[in-house]
Amino acid sequence: MNRIVMLPVLVPFASAVLMMLVHRKVVIHRFLSLVSTLLLCAVSVVMMNGVLREGILSLQVGGWQAPFGISMVADMLSAVMLSASALIGLTSVLYSMATIDRDREEYFYYPLVQLLLMGINGAFLTGDIFNLYVWFEVMLISSFVLLVLGGRPEQLEGAIKYVTLNLLSSAIFLAAVGILYGMAGTLNMADLALRIPMLDHRELLSVVGVLFMITFGVKAAVFPLFFWLPAAYHTPPVAVSALFAGLLTKVGVYALMRVFTTVFCYEDAAFIHQVLLWIAGFTMVTGVLGAVAQYDVRKLLSFHIISQIGYMIFALAIQSPLALAGGLFYMLHNIAAKTGLFYMSGVIKRLSGSYQLRDIGGLYRLYPFLGLLFLVPALGLAGIPPLSGFWAKLVVLKAGIEDGQWVLVGVALCVSMLTLFSMIKIWNEAFWKDDPRGGDVRSYAWEYDALPLSGRVSILLPVVILGLVTIVSGLWFEPFFGLMEHAAWELLDRGAYIEAVKGGGV
Amino acid sequence: MTFLLAVIIGVLYAAGTYLILRRSMVKVIFGLIFLGHAVNLMIFTVGRLTKGVPAFVKDGFYGLAEPYADPLPQALILTAIVIGFGVQAFTIVLFKRTYQTLGTEDLDEMRSTDQLPGGKS
Repeated sequence: MNRIVMLPVLVPFASAVLMMLVHRKVVIHRFLSLVSTLLLCAVSVVMMNGVLREGILSLQVGGWQAPFGISMVADMLSAVMLSASALIGLTSVLYSMATIDRDREEYFYYPLVQLLLMGINGAFLTGDIFNLYVWFEVMLISSFVLLVLGGRPEQLEGAIKYVTLNLLSSAIFLAAVGILYGMAGTLNMADLALRIPMLDHRELLSVVGVLFMITFGVKAAVFPLFFWLPAAYHTPPVAVSALFAGLLTKVGVYALMRVFTTVFCYEDAAFIHQVLLWIAGFTMVTGVLGAVAQYDVRKLLSFHIISQIGYMIFALAIQSPLALAGGLFYMLHNIAAKTGLFYMSGVIKRLSGSYQLRDIGGLYRLYPFLGLLFLVPALGLAGIPPLSGFWAKLVVLKAGIEDGQWVLVGVALCVSMLTLFSMIKIWNEAFWKDDPRGGDVRSYAWEYDALPLSGRVSILLPVVILGLVTIVSGLWFEPFFGLMEHAAWELLDRGAYIEAVKGGGV
Repeated sequence: MTFLLAVIIGVLYAAGTYLILRRSMVKVIFGLIFLGHAVNLMIFTVGRLTKGVPAFVKDGFYGLAEPYADPLPQALILTAIVIGFGVQAFTIVLFKRTYQTLGTEDLDEMRSTDQLPGGKS
């Protein structure tokens, strides 16, 4: 069972290599991508089952015992995140088939998506902090290329900011890892968790903690460090934006969760949680205010990513079992809803010919079904019951009240209102009001009408799948939340993690 | 030796930070490269400098005898150098392509993706 831990990395890697061997055979690329992402879904389900039955799975790569070798560890948090990444990968491949142009497909679009998934999955699984840096770089370089593939001016302009800030954060990450190694003499997270409480030089340890907070904060796009995100995320094709929106920032949040629960757990760490609380509040507010000002659908949604990250950081900062479970559920709900909304923005563009909300309208009259399809993730994101967003917010806020964080709970509720407002704005502008251009309204949808039936299925099926996730996890909340509570319990009870890594054989 | 390296690392950090704050793209690349080198040297230094002792177990022994050189920081730096090399090569090509496409290398002029359409600022 333990060997399965390597599969989420190996499957996309193997398919990317195979695809590169058959350069320009786009049909084979599509087929292999589908096979690989379906396999990833299957593997993540098997792995989640394994973690439930056998506890934390771990694999010492190359047979070198921890802490000397590199450990790959799958606890419930990793397994849950892996299933999310597999699902988003699958929907992204489906969506790409109808929307990515021939040139991009021939220039290694599909292998790059697979390599991106490999980097993300590796980051979720690794139990070694330097190895985490390596997976981050794998993920980053694939995302750089996906972002600029096509080479339009706005893509390049967005990429400059994205690349520069992310390279800077990688340098900070590496510095933090270096100092931590100098102090603790180990890089294995389980071993670090044991040694950090015994270290002298608490002030230096705090510096390392803050460095980690900055570097993961850049990746997760939290308050003072998010400027690369709205500058870059709306420039690539929608399939790429949606993949980034669903997964990349969440890898940053995952890393924050992992490092500030499992690794950095000593009595002076309280000030880090205090800082995280402030960051959470500002992230929620600035993100949603940015979103309210926008009239470009994709930019509006990009700012929303930032705002939603704030809720997850809030949950992490409280760090009670309930808050962590809630934050994790929030992350999964957000991955599904946000990616669905990004796919939907591409559908809106195809139906109306523009991303600019001021220029379009009247879609509900022509396509009532698509209007409903938009409403599911939009209301889910705003937190309307019985969709998943309601439970996510409810649990996080309940944890906040239990912890006495009245101000932040108030802020979160106000931000919720503004989220609803900006979702309603998209609804009113794109679906409800009359088309300001007048004339033959149907003619604006030529991009959509030109799609064959298979193409329509391939752009709508991802939205339907993710919408179903939002509805099902909202209506049938209990078993999903059970998994999250399991993950939170494992995160806080670090003994199980340490034992699984250090005591586990091959 | 440690003192000398500390000074060098400090200078590299200072120069790198200064350079990435400049408006010219070329200087930003140099800044990123300087920061990368500063970090590599720092890992080397905080991993403790040991001079003239091997990092392997000698013939006939069953463990490392103090003092020994720690090979791990060097392995980390090697990995970081390789990754940094690849990423920097990509960055240089990206910046060159941007210069060719947009016709400017002034970063302050590249703000169309940040602006609201019709906005002034």
